[in-house]
Amino acid sequence: MALLELESIDAFYGRIQALRGMSIRVEKGEVVALIGSNGAGKTTTLRTISGLMHPQSGSIRFDGRDITRTGPSSIVELGISQSPEGRRLFPRMTVRDNLLMGAYTRDDRPGIASDIERVSTLFPRLKERRTQIAGTLSGGEQQMLAMGRSLMARPKLLMLDEPSLGLAPILVETIFSIVREIYSQGTTVLLVEQNANKALEVANRAYVLETGVIVQEGTGHDLLASEAVQKAYLGM
Amino acid sequence: MSEPTAVKRRSLMTRLHLRERMRDRDQAIYGILILGALVFPLATLFITGGSTAYIAQAAHAGTWVLLAIGLNVVVGFAGLLDLGYAAFFAIGAYTYALFASSQLGSSPLHHSFHFPFWLMLILGMIVAATFGALLGFPTLRLRGDYLAIVTLGFGEIVPVISYNLPDWTGGINAIGGIDKPWFPAWITGPWAGANSISIQQDSVCRNPFAQTQFIPCFSFGFDQVAYYVLIVILIFGAVILVTNLYRSRLGRAWMAIREDEVAAAAMGINTVTTKLLAFAIGASFSGFAGAYYGASFGLVSPDDFLFVVSITVLVMVVLGGMGNISGVIVGALVIYFILNTLLPSLASNAVSLANTLGLGSIVASNGTYPGLYNEVQYSQFLIFGLILVLIMLLRPQGLFPSRIREQELKHAAVQEEGSAVEEGVRV
Repeated sequence: MALLELESIDAFYGRIQALRGMSIRVEKGEVVALIGSNGAGKTTTLRTISGLMHPQSGSIRFDGRDITRTGPSSIVELGISQSPEGRRLFPRMTVRDNLLMGAYTRDDRPGIASDIERVSTLFPRLKERRTQIAGTLSGGEQQMLAMGRSLMARPKLLMLDEPSLGLAPILVETIFSIVREIYSQGTTVLLVEQNANKALEVANRAYVLETGVIVQEGTGHDLLASEAVQKAYLGM
Repeated sequence: MSEPTAVKRRSLMTRLHLRERMRDRDQAIYGILILGALVFPLATLFITGGSTAYIAQAAHAGTWVLLAIGLNVVVGFAGLLDLGYAAFFAIGAYTYALFASSQLGSSPLHHSFHFPFWLMLILGMIVAATFGALLGFPTLRLRGDYLAIVTLGFGEIVPVISYNLPDWTGGINAIGGIDKPWFPAWITGPWAGANSISIQQDSVCRNPFAQTQFIPCFSFGFDQVAYYVLIVILIFGAVILVTNLYRSRLGRAWMAIREDEVAAAAMGINTVTTKLLAFAIGASFSGFAGAYYGASFGLVSPDDFLFVVSITVLVMVVLGGMGNISGVIVGALVIYFILNTLLPSLASNAVSLANTLGLGSIVASNGTYPGLYNEVQYSQFLIFGLILVLIMLLRPQGLFPSRIREQELKHAAVQEEGSAVEEGVRV
């Protein structure tokens, strides 16, 4: 059974329909990428999964439970956490406090402490800057903090929304190698990206989203080779 | 090339030391405040030859400190702009006044209560907290300016209700004859003797239900030293409570909501209960302050809880250093001092200064000129406004801001400095 399964989801912003009968699934231990251009509904998909908005129809199942109408705080407790679009850090809290916020739903102090260590090993830069306030970090450091913060929930499923957005090419490399690292440590990852090339290289499977509809699906490798994808997203 | 590195290194040093420096600074402020609280009553008693007038004023200032500490939870920690905070102060004061005076005897209830102060201190807190949560419910979806307007409305409603329910609240005539705090006589100690300066033997202590005297007791009476000791203890307790709250998981959740509510929800924070708790806990401190206020003045009138009270407390919080408890206490004391000591004495001071400088001609009134004394007296609030503007220009982050605020400003300064140096190198 899939870890996460969305079945014919319809989602609206007011009267505008953002997702049309969308169905995706994420198996345990996979990296799944969701690619598409601006306004295709990628972020809406993540918001629907994390409970920040609810679909009008369709169902979402996670780990064998129906979470279609579950609120965001319960969903974090069930094991889904996300590094949201635009990072959305707490700019006037320290790096350490931001990380602790990620572990908000947990109360095992030793576990939290060891996870802070784990995140510090993944992102040594964050360790150096743990007493600094998040708003004063550089863009790349902020992205690292956003990812570290979402790892602090010790999620079964980690959702990353545009982790490469606005970063220098060298940092994009770093971020994607960390995504691989997180995946190799056993966390399932749902990755939303505009940088289709990079995303497809990392992903086991991927979906292509266009104006709220899944138009193509396949392994990362196949999609990279697909002519339609190459034309539309890879600029070849 | 060495210059930018130097700037970078300096900024790193600033950051590393800021934490320790700020902690030291806050400890120093607390030290001075505690020392001052101990020395002040002894010093004034000694200097004035036993007059307790200044001690009474200091105790009154303490009420404002409590209010500022409470509002700081709502505004400083959770970032919810509350312009009607005086309403909770009123609710605390009326709760005590109604249940510790003969007022309810002449109400439709025809039965008056005389609950002991200590119990009402807790009850006032609970009642104010309940109203805080009640106000919180309809405002949960509001933010910033919109929230401020609703709380402003609430702050206006409460005094209007007490004006218009004379049967219950005495309306414009206020509630008088409020009971004084008392200790049962079996509590003995240095203060319980007949010659004690603090506590007098009193006969008002009654069984709260039967309204008959049932235990011998010692009441605070009008002794200002006793009230001073009480408010200092209350503030001390409040500071310990709030400091622990600030460092707790709940404190971090408040900050997260202040920074970014959507992100906070995505972290698994239940934003509804967390915001309600901020309102309720913030309000509970003013309920505390209200009960104390009613007891120490013995009179509670709707005029004591107008909009100007809410604004004054907000000014104390912002000017002291929003979010930083020690800063907020200093802010409350400074504003209280300006409003109640500096400004009222300004006119007579100006006259005597003019006289010593030999400028007697500007003292006397002349035609449309009302004389120096009246002139200064009239412009009191102009001067108050100027002082506020000046302080905010010189210290936009407040007198003693929290570490976060300081770091933010330092960062901006270092960045500017850094980019200036880089430009210099490029040229």
